[in-house]
Amino acid sequence: MYGFEAMTFNIHGGYLEAIVRGHRSSLLTAADYNNLCQCESLDDIKMHLSATEYGPYLQNEPSPLHTTTIVEKCTLKLVDEYKHMLCQATEPLSTFLEYITYGHMIDNVVLIVTGTLHERDVHELLDKCHPLGMFDSIATLAVATNMRELYRLVLVDTPLAPYFSECITSEDLDDMNIEIMRNTLYKAYLEDFNRFCQTLGGATAEIMSDLLAFEADRRAVNITINSIGTELTRDDRRKLYSNFGLLYPYGHEELAICEDIEQVRGVMEKYPPYQSIFAKVSYGESQLLDNAFYVEEVKRLCLAFEQQFHYAVFFAYIRLREQEIRNLMWISECVAQNQKSRVHDSVVFIF
Amino acid sequence: MRIFDKLPPMDHLRSEKMIFVQLIMPVESAHRAITYLGDLGLLQFKDLNKDKSPFQRTFANQVKRCGEMSRKLNFFKDQISKAGLLSTPRPALRSDVDLEELEVQLADHESELLEMNANSEKLRQSYNELFEFKLVLLKAGGFLVSAQNQTSTHEREMEENLYTAEDYGDRASLLEQEMQPEPSSKAGLRFISGIICKSKSLKFERMLFRATRGNMFFHQAPAEEHVMDPVTGEMVEKTVFVVYFSGEQAKSKIVKICAAFGANCYPVPEDISKQRQMTSEVLTRLSELEATLDAGIRHRNKGLSSIGSHLSKWTLLVRKEKAVYDTLNMLNFDVTKKCLVGEGWCPIFAKPQIQEALQHATIDSNSQVGIIFHVMNAVESPPTYFKTNRFTHAFQEIVDAYGVARYQEANPGVYTVITFPFLFAVMFGDWATAFACYWDHWCLYCERIDLDLRYISSALTLPRLGSFMEMAFGGRYVLLLMSLFSIYCGLIYNEFFSRSFQIFGSSAYKCREPNLRPYRFGVDPRWRGSRTELPFLNSLKMKMSILFGVTQMNLGIILSFFNAKFFGTSLDIWYQFTPQIINSLFGYLALLIVVKWCSGSQADLYHVMIYMFLSPTDDLKENQLFWGQRTLQILLLLVAIIAIPWMLFPKPFILRKLNTERFQGRTYGILVTSEIDLDSEPDSARPHVEDFNFSEVFVHQMIHSIEFILGAVSNTASYLRLWALSLAHSELSTVFFEKVLLLAWGYDNAIIRLLGLAVFAFATTFVLLMMETLSALLHSLRLHWVEFQGKFYYGDGYKFRPFSFAAALADVDDD
Repeated sequence: MYGFEAMTFNIHGGYLEAIVRGHRSSLLTAADYNNLCQCESLDDIKMHLSATEYGPYLQNEPSPLHTTTIVEKCTLKLVDEYKHMLCQATEPLSTFLEYITYGHMIDNVVLIVTGTLHERDVHELLDKCHPLGMFDSIATLAVATNMRELYRLVLVDTPLAPYFSECITSEDLDDMNIEIMRNTLYKAYLEDFNRFCQTLGGATAEIMSDLLAFEADRRAVNITINSIGTELTRDDRRKLYSNFGLLYPYGHEELAICEDIEQVRGVMEKYPPYQSIFAKVSYGESQLLDNAFYVEEVKRLCLAFEQQFHYAVFFAYIRLREQEIRNLMWISECVAQNQKSRVHDSVVFIF
Repeated sequence: MRIFDKLPPMDHLRSEKMIFVQLIMPVESAHRAITYLGDLGLLQFKDLNKDKSPFQRTFANQVKRCGEMSRKLNFFKDQISKAGLLSTPRPALRSDVDLEELEVQLADHESELLEMNANSEKLRQSYNELFEFKLVLLKAGGFLVSAQNQTSTHEREMEENLYTAEDYGDRASLLEQEMQPEPSSKAGLRFISGIICKSKSLKFERMLFRATRGNMFFHQAPAEEHVMDPVTGEMVEKTVFVVYFSGEQAKSKIVKICAAFGANCYPVPEDISKQRQMTSEVLTRLSELEATLDAGIRHRNKGLSSIGSHLSKWTLLVRKEKAVYDTLNMLNFDVTKKCLVGEGWCPIFAKPQIQEALQHATIDSNSQVGIIFHVMNAVESPPTYFKTNRFTHAFQEIVDAYGVARYQEANPGVYTVITFPFLFAVMFGDWATAFACYWDHWCLYCERIDLDLRYISSALTLPRLGSFMEMAFGGRYVLLLMSLFSIYCGLIYNEFFSRSFQIFGSSAYKCREPNLRPYRFGVDPRWRGSRTELPFLNSLKMKMSILFGVTQMNLGIILSFFNAKFFGTSLDIWYQFTPQIINSLFGYLALLIVVKWCSGSQADLYHVMIYMFLSPTDDLKENQLFWGQRTLQILLLLVAIIAIPWMLFPKPFILRKLNTERFQGRTYGILVTSEIDLDSEPDSARPHVEDFNFSEVFVHQMIHSIEFILGAVSNTASYLRLWALSLAHSELSTVFFEKVLLLAWGYDNAIIRLLGLAVFAFATTFVLLMMETLSALLHSLRLHWVEFQGKFYYGDGYKFRPFSFAAALADVDDD
């Protein structure tokens, strides 16, 4: 029913869309960031944030503040909002909202498995996990020693189970395997999410396919860059790319054979939407690439709010909030470590 | 016009005269001065540091400290309410506590409390562990013992083929017994016992099953006693479990899983005598710990209650200090950094009070230099400040909800006090329901008094009613007046749940009544139920509505004259007010109504009004009400036609002429001033030169004129809602009374009668008392906002918000 969402959307989605748009308007603005960047200490940051919606979450923190506390509390706010929306949501919005968290779930699984591999304490690792990607038996991940066990013991209960079909091997877990597992899982997740959005149809499918394609392409580029100079074969690399997106399929063929960053740049500049990103990053500054991608992503996410009656706003809001938390973390780190000259380096203004 | 000059100045209509003042305070007395001003609450400070973010301001540090202290106070409050103590403020021994002193005190208290908490936490932890151990010992020991007992009856049970689980258990225990002599160094069947949250036990079991590929046996039993969760402090249901397994690898897996699920494992000796010994040991240690814990809690409670006795006082102090520093942050430092410069608004009458407060501050802080307080000129318009009391406050709020009056503009709130409830009553006229409203009002009042009494007796934190109750209580005087007027109108309409009573003498239309005397007060009860009831009442109420409407709108127009006179805009008087007041076709209608009522004439007013436009020169015949009516009609018609261009054209043209005269030969002057304006400081007292845009002014005037002329018809029609709602109200109550109550009464059955009564009561309460009240309220709001205030009220001012502790504290309470 493309074009007719307006007739029926508000029956189930109207309240939550209003809520999420309200939340969006509480995102920090450029003026806020300018003020935050001028802060001298973490207490100043707290003081400034107490005038925003983060206020209630930070007001009862004792004074010697740490960056982690700020980030933790800000994340807590996001999680509270997400949980509230999830409670109010009906099908298929609730499934959509759950899909948003699977990415964090994958990251958490990888984090715990890597951590146990390096013999860290499980509870310490649990604290580091993103609260959006928590599931009941996450702590048990530490028991598993290889992929098969991991799947059979723990993940079979989680929504991630279907994504594992491609990466079950009996090999022992090591850093390389885990990284491959993460990317395989992510690939399966993105494809599944994309498929789900297509079944929803309408504006949701249209906007989400754009956002997810961007995500998939970004991952493809990152995989390529990170795997340059490792023992990952071209075919293996090719397998990790998601089977959709702007780069699919010809761009993937070309990316798979790239040997250095300049070649990647050559491939990407053939695609007009990514041309501008690579144009911004001058030669040899690959660390800024992430940031350029973030800027582009934020731009696209903001555009999602321009249309009404679709679910992509929820995805966009959660992503924007995460970006905001990243910004806050960067600013507070810079302030805490007296590196104020670098504060503007990786802050992405949302508005 | 001379007459109007001699009138008294109408102080109640105008907001208080304000002055813009500047304060120059030496740094040493500034804090005290602001405190005194906060107590006084009559000075509104202007933020002079708008471009600075909160942490760049001068007193950001102090504000931060206050925030920190209020956090500590919140923490204490939390702890006190968690401990279930009632804080009873004792009379303060020392009346004055210094902020610095308080900060130190609070920090001490906090660290002490935190230490105590940590200690009791530790104790609680070990207590919990022991307690769980006890439970595990009792339960798991029970499993083992029962397993041993079962061995004797093993064979019989095998035959009976009971549950497989028990079967496993038997075999396991059998094996175990065999193992007992040689301790579990060899890979054999061993067990782990422990305790886990009940909610997790199912998943735990499944996970164990998967991890060991089914090579284990899981036995569980609910623990009878609840265990306190050390983090949340809630009581949690737990389950004791025993897992039997074999193999070293399985053991490490199970131990890991236990850790992952937060299951606490305790070793249980298999020997019964050892078990007994351990149980008794645990029990003794438990009782010891319990005593220690109790002592700790008592100590903590004592500390908390001593904090609690000061808590409200401290909170008050910290909030006040924070308000003072927030205000100090609005002030400017002068160049020498020795004085603080503040600017703000205050009402003229408060000037001596403020000066006195400042003098006190200078003396009390032993300052060498006094505080300079002087009046300045201001560019922007002053804030609007109406002094209200408990009675007029709610009515003023009704007006303010539309828009805060422009400075010194005529305040419609004064009239609203009476007209608002009166128009409501015209729509709601039924003295039965009005009595119910009146009763509501008293209930509200009594409840509040009751709360106040409780507040005084317990002197706890200020009681907060629910937000709806708070609103209803704020409008209690509105409710009171509305119900009193409704009773009055109900008596005039002679309606009591659609019944009429003969209260004021006998009816005029009774049979065989020799002398026809009109009924003394209100509508004759004879009309009720007659065939002509509706036409009679409708005509009465319609005419009444038009009379009220014309009167109220004319009052609005007259107020616009007083406004224009007050602000000295003769242009508005001559080209706006005059055509408006003489354009009174509906005033003529009102006149006709009154004449018709007084003379008892049979004239058809519709006919008169319509033919006044269609053929004004025709003879009126039987519709003639008074002499010279035709001439008057023609005159009125002419005036109405002339009034339109009068209203529309002269004002914009005169304004343009004035403007061109003002800037004649000064074409270059404008440029220069505008440049200077750019350079000059924003708060300088330079008058701004506004651009004159003729087309804009003309369009504005056109809109205004059209609005007024069309509004004359539509607004008068709008007042007919008075009639319509009153009709709806009486018809609804008739329906409820006749179709529900009387119908039910017709049956000779107590249950049906009771049912009917109940339905009637509910319908009356919810439909008549709540919905109808709300709709009548909304309609009379609309009549005031649109029809009345639209005639004269600009409503583009801003409220006077003085810096006062009372307001600041109330704000915090609202959060």
